[in-house]
Amino acid sequence: MHLDYTDAQRAFRAEVRDWLARHVPAQPLESFDTEAGFQQHRAWEATLNQGRWGMVTWPKALGGRGADLIEWLIFEEEYWRAGAPMRVNQNGIFLLGPTLMDYGTPEQKARFLPRMAAGQDIWAQGWSEPNAGSDMAAIRCKAIRKGDRYVLNGQKIWSTRAVWADWLFGLFRSDPESQRHHGLTFLLLPLNLPGITVRPIRQLNGLPGFAEIFFDDVEVPVENRLHDEGEGWSVAMSTAGFERGLMLRSPARFQRTAQSLVQLYQRHRESADRDPAIKEAVLQAWMRAEAYTLSTYRTASQLMKGGKIGPESSTNKIFWSELDQNMHETAMHILGARAELQPHAPDAGDVGAWLDGFLFSQAGPIYAGTNEIQRNIIAERMLGMPR
Amino acid sequence: MDFTFTDDQLLFRDTIHNHLLLEATPELLRSIWETDSGRSDEAFRQFGELGLLALSITEDEGGLGCGDLDWVLMAEQVGYFGVPDSVLVTGCLGVAILNALHPDHPVRQAWIGRIAAGEARLAVGHPMDPLVPEASVASLLLLHHEGEVHAVPRDQVQLVANPSLDPMRRLSRVVWTPSDQTRVLDAVAGRAVWAQTLERGALMTAAQLVGLASRMMDLGVDYSANRKQFGKPIGCFQAVKHRMADIAVAVEFARPVLYRAAYALAHRLAQAPTFVSHARIAACEAAALAARNSIQVHGAMGYTWEVDLQIFMKRAWAIDAAFGDRGFHKQRIAAMLFADGAALGPGATFAPTV
Repeated sequence: MHLDYTDAQRAFRAEVRDWLARHVPAQPLESFDTEAGFQQHRAWEATLNQGRWGMVTWPKALGGRGADLIEWLIFEEEYWRAGAPMRVNQNGIFLLGPTLMDYGTPEQKARFLPRMAAGQDIWAQGWSEPNAGSDMAAIRCKAIRKGDRYVLNGQKIWSTRAVWADWLFGLFRSDPESQRHHGLTFLLLPLNLPGITVRPIRQLNGLPGFAEIFFDDVEVPVENRLHDEGEGWSVAMSTAGFERGLMLRSPARFQRTAQSLVQLYQRHRESADRDPAIKEAVLQAWMRAEAYTLSTYRTASQLMKGGKIGPESSTNKIFWSELDQNMHETAMHILGARAELQPHAPDAGDVGAWLDGFLFSQAGPIYAGTNEIQRNIIAERMLGMPR
Repeated sequence: MDFTFTDDQLLFRDTIHNHLLLEATPELLRSIWETDSGRSDEAFRQFGELGLLALSITEDEGGLGCGDLDWVLMAEQVGYFGVPDSVLVTGCLGVAILNALHPDHPVRQAWIGRIAAGEARLAVGHPMDPLVPEASVASLLLLHHEGEVHAVPRDQVQLVANPSLDPMRRLSRVVWTPSDQTRVLDAVAGRAVWAQTLERGALMTAAQLVGLASRMMDLGVDYSANRKQFGKPIGCFQAVKHRMADIAVAVEFARPVLYRAAYALAHRLAQAPTFVSHARIAACEAAALAARNSIQVHGAMGYTWEVDLQIFMKRAWAIDAAFGDRGFHKQRIAAMLFADGAALGPGATFAPTV
């Protein structure tokens, strides 16, 4: 055990910090759930890519740096420290990208990865359906093979970023006689194909952060299929597995929130200390953000020594999502009567982004597999409890 | 950056685990409860034979020259199997105090060999704790007096036994008279030793609590697989599963905090006290949750003397405040967190303090 950085890791950190200091926009971008904000964030992805900072863990040939997981953590720490923009293409680069590298043909990699890296294609995901939420194997949206095409009919929902995204990846039932996780196929398709209707869904903050998508005889060429027909479930599980376990939410994000919470508490200490629970909650915020960081470093170290990520990764999702909810709830309590004010309200003071973060934190225990499903996974696969 | 233990460290941990699996069964622990001393001299000698008691003894004195990072893995096993903490008090805390004496010091010369062989137990009376664990079974007591360290043979003290909720815990009020003959370290050297002992004791308590939490989870999982209601094992029900999953989350995120604290103490990092306190809080919370959820899953059986859960649950409740209660440890974290210029935020985790 050696809990210190090497000279090379320090140099890497310095390089990231220097580049971000020169390139992070001085003014925060608009929300990427607005049309203007979406395009601003797309432009930022292109800037990142020019600096080869878009996907540090990707191979150099694909515009990455071939960085290891510790370097990825360092990059993320510097990224959040610099207050750089949110990643509008996170579905693409963190989820689909690694899956493409594992399952894609050379042609598919060449076709999709460079454009994804450059922010030219922003990806949305198509998993959930109205009757297939936590029970994803209940997918019914059809993709029936006709010659060299699949014909898609049905509906997807809760598709994040789909309102302005360019492409969609998702699971479709290619064998209409099949049940559950059999007979599903993983497809990649542009969202501007004839027969596709994207209907925005307003989120809690009023913005169209996700959408429902209707498919009416949509024709998708066979070469847009990832891996074999009927093998989509295992492809999707790999997308959901490693990246969700480790890379979906880097610890730096929560350390940044915990730090802001400590500062907020200190600015309002006099009023905040009237409720002793607040100080306790601030302590817990730091302890848990730190615990999540330590746990991620430990997992990264084990993976770099050839270890494998197992079902214990389901503990991550529960831990960070509940931490995020708790931290934002505490901030709201500290802000007191002003907590309800929109950031642009004339008397909002230092309310800042807490309200927005508070609303978003409510989604954490729900998306990427509800925390109830994660607890089932822990109980059944990690602890071996009966189904 | 490498947050893993060496293969040797893990191998030694596994050796101790496999030994305790056979030698520290709940039936055996219960039989020891019934004895006057509450200890098995034979079991303690076996720890000597396995080399465990020589872990912190210097290589010059025939020991292994290891430290807190190795001990933290062992302390988890002590918790997991619910064995008496003699091995930790003697081998880890006591030997570390003796290591602060000059190598030629007669007390060190007289006792190190007997400790390594598992023939003598030590007791450590830290100023933080009003009662002295192990005093009734120790041959030599390491006691504090105005910052000094005194080494006092048991036949020179009077003990007032204080029974604990945990039948395995042997706590005593120690009545004794400090003298020039008993003093082994003066107040200057002694205060540093007691400060170190507090960190080490708190860390080993945290490690035991993590081991205890893990065991209580395993017992709950086992029970829920065998107990049937409504025609199936109760472990099929989500309400039961989720209680066990919540323990798994707490343990999973207490461990790296514990190991970071052990590393910090072993390397004498300036932040070690904060990190140790963090480990204590995380471990206390994991163990308390494990006790609460596991007794619930055991139903009425969990409230009986018969079911083994009590062995681990009572230990967890009993040592919750050893080497500093939660308030003490939270205050230390708060002092760091709310200090001017505290190193917080992304990138601060492994940054040295200024």
